[in-house]
Amino acid sequence: MEPFSGTSLTDHALVSGEVLLSFWQPKALYRWDAGVAISAFLDGLKAGKLLATRCPECRRTLAPPRVFCELCFRPIGDWVELPGAGTINTYSVSYVNWDATRRRTPEVPVVVELDGASPGIGILHLMGEVGTTLEEITGKLRIGAPVQPVWKPAAEREGAITDIRYFRLAEG
Amino acid sequence: MPYQNRVAVLGAGLTRFMRRALETPKELAFEAAKTALEDAGLTIADIDCVVSVTAPEAFDGVHMNGEYLADGAGAWGKPYMRTYVGGGSGVFGLVAGWYHIASGHFDTCLVVAEEKMSPALPHPQGAFNAIYDQFTERPLGVNLLWIFALEMNRYMQTHGIPMETFARVAQKNKRNGIDHPSAQPGIAGDFTIEQIMASEVMAWPVQRLMVSPISDGAGAMVLASERFARRMSRPPVWIEGVGWNLDTSYWTNRDLYYPRYLEKAARMAYEMAGISDPRRDIHVVEPYDPFAYKELHHLEGLLLADKGQAPRLAEEGFWERDTAQGIPASPSGGLLGVGNPIAAAGMMKLAEIYWQLQGQAGPRQVKREVRRGLAQAWGDLMQVGTVVIMGR
Repeated sequence: MEPFSGTSLTDHALVSGEVLLSFWQPKALYRWDAGVAISAFLDGLKAGKLLATRCPECRRTLAPPRVFCELCFRPIGDWVELPGAGTINTYSVSYVNWDATRRRTPEVPVVVELDGASPGIGILHLMGEVGTTLEEITGKLRIGAPVQPVWKPAAEREGAITDIRYFRLAEG
Repeated sequence: MPYQNRVAVLGAGLTRFMRRALETPKELAFEAAKTALEDAGLTIADIDCVVSVTAPEAFDGVHMNGEYLADGAGAWGKPYMRTYVGGGSGVFGLVAGWYHIASGHFDTCLVVAEEKMSPALPHPQGAFNAIYDQFTERPLGVNLLWIFALEMNRYMQTHGIPMETFARVAQKNKRNGIDHPSAQPGIAGDFTIEQIMASEVMAWPVQRLMVSPISDGAGAMVLASERFARRMSRPPVWIEGVGWNLDTSYWTNRDLYYPRYLEKAARMAYEMAGISDPRRDIHVVEPYDPFAYKELHHLEGLLLADKGQAPRLAEEGFWERDTAQGIPASPSGGLLGVGNPIAAAGMMKLAEIYWQLQGQAGPRQVKREVRRGLAQAWGDLMQVGTVVIMGR
């Protein structure tokens, strides 16, 4: 087989002027309407409530809520309030930021299966009060462990997923 | 067969895979397309239509990337389409090329896959943040690695898979990659399990030497109808089955331990190929391996191992390139050993199956006899499976 073509550049080539470069920095700004289901969900968070919808056909209780069931493909109008607590479905201990810079103190993303929702129905969030080292965190957390939300004080809530500061392991 | 045309693969070509290429995306596409045409013994005048695959515009900062690539892909003055299903794109491009010819509408199709990730600053990973839900996820300060780390942990803990087993997959693929002419500098190599296990924890349980790199590169294949292929001197490789499937975007509502969408895609392809026992009838496989765990996860979704058993088989050497009793997996070196220019990485996997079936894989040629092979890719929000089965 013939060797393939392609000219591999080094970091040095990029900074030394050996290769001519061109830059562009787009200033992208978007305004998203939250939609029917998520507007109600975010309103609920502002009021300290975790809301879900229930499909009348497959009977699944769904979060994040939606106004149509993607399985039954029919409209949903039934809303229920969930207690807010749940269990860990899976988690990670992340040392990498979005720009690939590294963190000294890790973040702990988690999928929380919500009590009162159908089995396996979860949301993405963060764990808190779990320590600062990998050993400590992986020692404390396990899949299936009960967790509860830590809410911002009512005055600080703004109708966002971050109105829940984080989840923490449930007492006892 | 309910199709107008049986579809053959006549040739394949790749560029080198690189962390940063001097060549523009158009130039990379041209190099890959030219190499594939030469391999097929054809010129662009023989090509009836063109399909291209490439990732979101955000990497290149070029809107309507398909149109931008068209000249380099040989599409000038021809029926042309670009398609994109995230990491699944490379293999899906061949599926799209397949139905152009299977429909009976065209005799030849050039499929070109190109990816140049390096332009996006400060790091191309940032371009992926926009795949998360903008209301319920992005405000949490997401990054791309999270979803894979969350999926890997769910898979690992559901079956009790030891980290050493994942390291073994990375070791195998990085070793296989040493023999690949496209391998990205610094990616392939002979690593010990200890080195891999000691590599940086990026997003536990994902570690540095168990993740594929950022890459630039391109690949291409030439497809033809049976009528056209019979005129060529080299015996063709046939596309025997294609399958694709998409799971829900509500990824926190799925059990990530098993890729059920891939099982559906695989069953579609097996049925078309008339395969009732894939463990007997698939002789070499290129599962998509951007992470070490994904190779095992995908081998289960492809029904080549029972749920939770792909890791056990890895421990027994079942997926090694020189296996006598097993099924060699990622003999190319895969994304872990060759590199991951997203759409082009899927094309590299397809090209490997083509070369394995032609007996042209050189030092990467598997020991067992191969009459049928499968290439697979995966992507979007961990939700799409794309599968192509080829045979001779």
